[in-house]
Amino acid sequence: MIVTRTGQFKKSYAADAAIQRTNLQRIAFWGFVVAMFVLVPRVLSTVWINNVNQVLIAVVGVTGLNILLGYTGQISIGHGAFAGVGAFTMAVLNNRWHVPMLVGLPIGAAMAALLGLAVGIPSLRVKGLYLAVATLASQEILSWFFEHMEWLTKQKTSSVDVRAAWLHIPGILNHKFKTDTDLFYLFGVIAVVTVLATENLMRSRIGRAFVAIRDREIAAEIAGVNAFSYKLLAFTISAFIAGIAGGMQALLFSRAQITPSQFDINLSINWLAMNIIGGLGSVPGAIYGATFLVLLPIELRNWITSFRGSYRWLADHYSQIQDVLFGLIIIGFLIFEPDGLNAIWLRIRRFFTHWPFAA
Amino acid sequence: MTAFWQDIISGVMIGSLYALIALGFVLIYKSSQVLNFAQGEVVMFGGFIAVALVASYSIALPIAFLLTLVCAGLIGLVIERGLLRPLIGKPLISIVMATIGLASVLRGLAPMLWGSSTKSFPDSFLNDNRPIDFLGVPVARISLWSFGFAVLFVVLFGLFFKFTRTGLAMQAVADDQQAAMSMGISVPRVFAWSWGIALVVAAIGGTILGNRQGVDISLATIGLKVFPVVILGGLDSITGAIVAGIAIGVIENLAGTYVDPHVGGGFKDVAPYVVMVIVLMIRPYGLFGSPEIERV
Repeated sequence: MIVTRTGQFKKSYAADAAIQRTNLQRIAFWGFVVAMFVLVPRVLSTVWINNVNQVLIAVVGVTGLNILLGYTGQISIGHGAFAGVGAFTMAVLNNRWHVPMLVGLPIGAAMAALLGLAVGIPSLRVKGLYLAVATLASQEILSWFFEHMEWLTKQKTSSVDVRAAWLHIPGILNHKFKTDTDLFYLFGVIAVVTVLATENLMRSRIGRAFVAIRDREIAAEIAGVNAFSYKLLAFTISAFIAGIAGGMQALLFSRAQITPSQFDINLSINWLAMNIIGGLGSVPGAIYGATFLVLLPIELRNWITSFRGSYRWLADHYSQIQDVLFGLIIIGFLIFEPDGLNAIWLRIRRFFTHWPFAA
Repeated sequence: MTAFWQDIISGVMIGSLYALIALGFVLIYKSSQVLNFAQGEVVMFGGFIAVALVASYSIALPIAFLLTLVCAGLIGLVIERGLLRPLIGKPLISIVMATIGLASVLRGLAPMLWGSSTKSFPDSFLNDNRPIDFLGVPVARISLWSFGFAVLFVVLFGLFFKFTRTGLAMQAVADDQQAAMSMGISVPRVFAWSWGIALVVAAIGGTILGNRQGVDISLATIGLKVFPVVILGGLDSITGAIVAGIAIGVIENLAGTYVDPHVGGGFKDVAPYVVMVIVLMIRPYGLFGSPEIERV
């Protein structure tokens, strides 16, 4: 008689609410985090560290979007603009008043959160597709604002030159984030904190209220959830995290310029796509989706542009191929795997944990 | 004052085109509760097909126009069957993202098929740019023609809904799917019809617009222009689409003349969104949209 454990058995409420349910998960998670911090700067080339930094930015942004879209069920096509608010606030503060970037980062995120609050207010009355287009409106209006704020940036165009990120506490610490590796440590910490904070938020009263609103708003209200204030809260938190992601983007470009076009509707759509492909309403899903959709185009470009000779046509039409593929991937996931990469991962894991009793 | 009247008149003319394209959105939404985020790309695709038929295969414009409509209708059927039907009953975000994905595919596909340079229609009455005196205001002939065509097609579609069997079936499905089904109306067929017709409408818009400004990938930005129109009018109201289309056309022009100089330009493109947000705060379902009744 074979006796094996085929599931997780919880003996306390604390165990049921734990983020990492088993010792293996706990070891895997912290092992991954430690390995990331130790290995990435030592093993990867500068180009790849830069790629990893971009992944981390997307992870933070999509985690923020996921709170609003995946957990609270409100569609936002305006998160790119929130990120832009975070980025430009930080950059302008730094540029005109020499505010250190790491002080500017939270200020920028707070500005984004305020705007998120403002954009969320229509959600009191406006629902569904109407709300989605209202967020699209905020994206378009803010994009226009970014392009016409020479009066604010005091530069000829709306692009802002960004100085090096600078952690300066007088007398104690004076550290400049100059290289990609420096930024990687900073971004890594921000991403891990964001992910854990989101997981924690979602198992609290607030997170349960979000999910209740997503599943059926009226029923949630009857059960005593103040839907409007929780929706506002979701918009605010989500925009705050998007603002942080925007600030990270500005830091990554700290040797170049940040321009309004980096925060246009395409960024909003990219994050939406990452969230869908990773799996809505799942924090690990946001990570998988962000990683997949950041790295795929980079690798694809390297691969396609390497074609010569009779395949030259492919190399010449790289950006069109990318557009078509992007659309097909979204559509493919929606039709064949609506719960995204996370569902694929769970299925694989289930196969092994339940083997040989169930498939 | 002439500038003012010129703004109003050209606003009405371009607004009629917005109304026509908004009609495509409304058709699909009414029958299947789908907001097609790819409508702008579909307009672009229609324009590309028309210009390819006219310029590359040198087919006469009227015949090419009809062929374009047939192609667009078929593409509409394919999209409905392949993309939207598997997603019936899925949450809103899935459907929104599916049409955004479709937009991306079309945006990549068009330059791959027809090249990325701007193509223009050969000279004809439709892209005659010479001004003509209209109620004391100089107006480009092309604007008058596009206005005429837009009005013609809006009226034709209006009659189609009121008096044909298919049109009535579509109205019934929009009203109550289950009741329509029990009356023997095939709901999937109505969905297919509405996508087919919406794409035909888009192709008409694309051909007219392509004659005005040439056909390239930027034609798709019309989609972003028309969003405020459909929302302002109410997603499920044909009257709303017409009224809001003309209103947005006028507002856009007035904002371009009177606000742009004070804010550093470009406000013309944002003004419709500002108006839309303000109206949504007061009327959450647009000017003519019908409120959704929620039940637990």
